[in-house]
Amino acid sequence: MLTIKNLKARVEDKEILKGINLEVRAGEIHAIMGPNGSGKSTLASVLAGREDFEVTEGSVEFLGNDLLDMAPEDRAREGVFLAFQYPVEIPGVSTTNFLKTALNQIRQHRGQDPLDAVSFLKLMKEKMKLVEIDQSLINRSLNEGFSGGEKKRNEIFQLAMLEPKLAILDETDSGLDIDALRIVANGVNKLKTKDNATIVVTHYQRLLEYIIPDYVHVLYNGRIVKSGTKELALELEEKGYDWIKDTTATTV
Amino acid sequence: MSKDNKILEEFTKSDYKYGFESNIESDSAPKGLNEDIIRFISSKKEEPAWLLEWRLKAYHHWLTMVEPRWPNVKFPAINYQDIIYYAAPKQKAKPKSLDEVDPELLDTFKKLGISLEEQKRLTGVAVDAVLDSVSVATTFKEKLADLGIIFCSFSEAVHKHPELVKKYMGSVVPISDNYFAALNSAVFSDGSFCYIPKGVRCPMELSTYFRINAANTGQFERTLIIAEEGSYVSYLEGCTAPMRDENQLHAAVVELYAAKDAEIKYSTVQNWYPGDREGRGGIYNFVTKRGICAGERSKISWTQVETGSAITWKYPSCILKGDHSVGEFYSVAVTNNRQQADTGTKMIHLGKNTRSRIVSKGVSAGRSQNSYRGLVRVAKRADNARNFSQCDSLLMGDQCGAHTFPYIESDNKTAQIEHEATTSKIGEDQIFYCNQRGIADEDAIALIVNGYCKEVLNQLPMEFAVEAQKLLALTLEGSVG
Repeated sequence: MLTIKNLKARVEDKEILKGINLEVRAGEIHAIMGPNGSGKSTLASVLAGREDFEVTEGSVEFLGNDLLDMAPEDRAREGVFLAFQYPVEIPGVSTTNFLKTALNQIRQHRGQDPLDAVSFLKLMKEKMKLVEIDQSLINRSLNEGFSGGEKKRNEIFQLAMLEPKLAILDETDSGLDIDALRIVANGVNKLKTKDNATIVVTHYQRLLEYIIPDYVHVLYNGRIVKSGTKELALELEEKGYDWIKDTTATTV
Repeated sequence: MSKDNKILEEFTKSDYKYGFESNIESDSAPKGLNEDIIRFISSKKEEPAWLLEWRLKAYHHWLTMVEPRWPNVKFPAINYQDIIYYAAPKQKAKPKSLDEVDPELLDTFKKLGISLEEQKRLTGVAVDAVLDSVSVATTFKEKLADLGIIFCSFSEAVHKHPELVKKYMGSVVPISDNYFAALNSAVFSDGSFCYIPKGVRCPMELSTYFRINAANTGQFERTLIIAEEGSYVSYLEGCTAPMRDENQLHAAVVELYAAKDAEIKYSTVQNWYPGDREGRGGIYNFVTKRGICAGERSKISWTQVETGSAITWKYPSCILKGDHSVGEFYSVAVTNNRQQADTGTKMIHLGKNTRSRIVSKGVSAGRSQNSYRGLVRVAKRADNARNFSQCDSLLMGDQCGAHTFPYIESDNKTAQIEHEATTSKIGEDQIFYCNQRGIADEDAIALIVNGYCKEVLNQLPMEFAVEAQKLLALTLEGSVG
């Protein structure tokens, strides 16, 4: 589904991604871990198409298309979803209204008719139940005055509504208490099918107790320095990131 | 170049969509202004002598006045002798139904998406269509007449209800009020008149579509709405104008009178030609709008969505004379390219326990200048007056300006006056967030701007709110390639 080859990216003069290679197939969950400043969020942003980063080398293929060649909205319409680490507030626009606009633009892209109000509401009810989100929250202005946990739950609700092929969760666990974490993780698990894939970007192993990854990659200093199965996450938790830093230092 | 700027650059390339000119023969006065022209207008309209006297008095007063220079707008001096003060579409007889109306005229409305038939059939709105100063079609009149409601052109009211016109005209905006009001009083061509009798709740939104048409014709509308004791009326005014090379002066006067327990809701969507990207052409919109809450517990509410005109100079105001009366002002003003807007309101608290609320949302883009100017005045005897003002500015790009000039004058210690103001920019983060959900740039901007203006748009009647949202989206359409 997603093939990243030797991806390099920089912001201004600073190179942040220094040659990422990653292959994600349908039905898989990948966790990308790493210490602060290792380039985790940059990778998520580059995949979503944020213009702050300049891709200098490498390629990203998504479902047979050149992802880097697409505008951010086209990536989204083709099925790339980014759950933001810091979702922005849009005053005066309810989550409902926002999602209706988004969903219908995605449908239009796929040559489908816009969803009528009744079907849309029905879909919303269904997904609200799935991710355990309250009606009052989605009637409010998007993310305005939301707590950290509410924002993250709203991201997962949007994920449920838009049904992307590839979901990238950028530090979705940060700022969540244990109950919110469980709800968010449950939502992600319920949405998993054999046809979609998830990339979980996280600093801590904690989230991976609830979302069980097929693969774990450790990102350090702009490169994936270690890949493995979920056991790698446990090992990291135990030994800390210094262990990775030390091992890479010796191998270089 | 940042993304914001890119978007804005494209934004400025979107052209005015209502730019066409319909070929309806005009019956015009020669250029210029003098007593003879005023006599010409008055005789064309077969007016009674008292009205001609009134016009002449206004004209002589106007001669003693000077253009206001305090607004935060710049424009070359207007040559008042180079303006045609009267133009009327030629028509053989007054139409009794739409079938008798000039088909080209109806076509003009259709181009604007304002089919009268549709309006009548679908929305139940009675439309008094004003094209170049003469009312062409008035609908639903009979239904309204059954309730004793008078809704007609100003000229018709002069002939059929002279006692009402004589009593109220100039009572809220006197001829000497300001330069442009005096000019209007001298040369006004036509407009709308509305009278709601005691205890009647007008069952439909009353609506007038204004349209400036013949080249070089100043448009001097005059509207008078009288709501008698315990009555209610909601009035809609919507405007579009064809593309034009030379600046056009528009100086309207709107007067509202609300008796005891009466309520008037006045909504405007204004989309006159704003001029081209360099600021050439476009309408000068110098309007005086004022309402008086004369009776106890009366209420006047102004809502405006201003997207057009090269220059807007407009302060819909409320005089809160009756005790417990309420005044409201909800405004969205969008300026782009070289547009200049100096708009706001005045809330004059005279009665006890009077309340007013001001919500102003300015959106500036391009190289435009957008000013809010508002006065809240509490008189000595206005015990327990309350005011809440909120003035927000949204900036797009770094070449536009947003200004806020709030004036507060209180002569009563029991007054409570609150003022809140914010300034913000549409962030790249917000646009990217929308992009990431599949929403393209221009839709993202429309969504964000509509959200920002929501509090005001919510005040508009349903059909009008939809139209206004479309207008905001249309203004922003083509903003991104």
